[in-house]
Amino acid sequence: MMPDLGKYADTVLSAYAVSILLLIALVWWSIVAARKARRELDKVEGHRNG
Amino acid sequence: MGSIWEYANPVKFSRTAGVVLPWVSVFATVALIVGLVWGFFFTPDDYRQGSTVKIIYLHVPAALMAINVWFMMLVTSLVWLVRRHHVSALAAKGAAPVGIVMTLIALVTGAIWGQPMWGTWWAWDPRLTSFLILFLFYLGYMALWEAIDNPDTAADLTAVLCIVGSVFAVLSRYAVNFWNQGLHQGASLSLDKEENVADVFSTPLYVCIAGFVLLFIALVFLRTRTEIHKRRAKALLARERLG
Repeated sequence: MMPDLGKYADTVLSAYAVSILLLIALVWWSIVAARKARRELDKVEGHRNG
Repeated sequence: MGSIWEYANPVKFSRTAGVVLPWVSVFATVALIVGLVWGFFFTPDDYRQGSTVKIIYLHVPAALMAINVWFMMLVTSLVWLVRRHHVSALAAKGAAPVGIVMTLIALVTGAIWGQPMWGTWWAWDPRLTSFLILFLFYLGYMALWEAIDNPDTAADLTAVLCIVGSVFAVLSRYAVNFWNQGLHQGASLSLDKEENVADVFSTPLYVCIAGFVLLFIALVFLRTRTEIHKRRAKALLARERLG
């Protein structure tokens, strides 16, 4: 299944690994920040209404 | 069909984001998986660059986004300066972390690709240097938002910084054409058949570019809505303290 990357295997794999890790970190960070902001807003609104 | 300015209303924007986000996220994931799997597993090696040509599926879309995210920030910053719509300022703020990650991916994959092809990780080539400056502008832009307490003042100053930084975004795109020197080649995708990469490489590349664009749209919707929620919570707390 794995293509034969020849003598550049380390080069190609490291480029993919770094990029995919950075993309996953960006998505993860955005989701965590979104949930935290939503929770805080719900808390403030709940406090006002309750 | 309503006016685009309706989306300047934070409530309307948040509601639209809630509807659009799941769909764009699914399409982005599918396009990225299809494009990257196609490019990595099912494309041949280049006759000169060998298997390193597979890095193109990450490097080119990331570099394209790095420049175009800055232009999106420029447009929303101008909308803020002219029409004072808070959502547009928050959209620019939300887009910056996406842009900086895209710039970082372009710089890192470029260095990794450059080492075996050029014999060096880095050269003070016009395109590489203008990309590094663009990265520093992204850093400065994000730092400026964090450094100023008043959100309207922060939006004003970051908008001005965004206008100044646009010079480097243009240079990043056209540096190779302006200074016909350095190591970096010209555009990989071109309407000129002679210059464009072969179809066997370009078709999965277009799919990857679509994936990166859709991912950016999804993240900007998500991050702008996050900024709206943060600002509303802050405003409610401030009102509570006053009352």
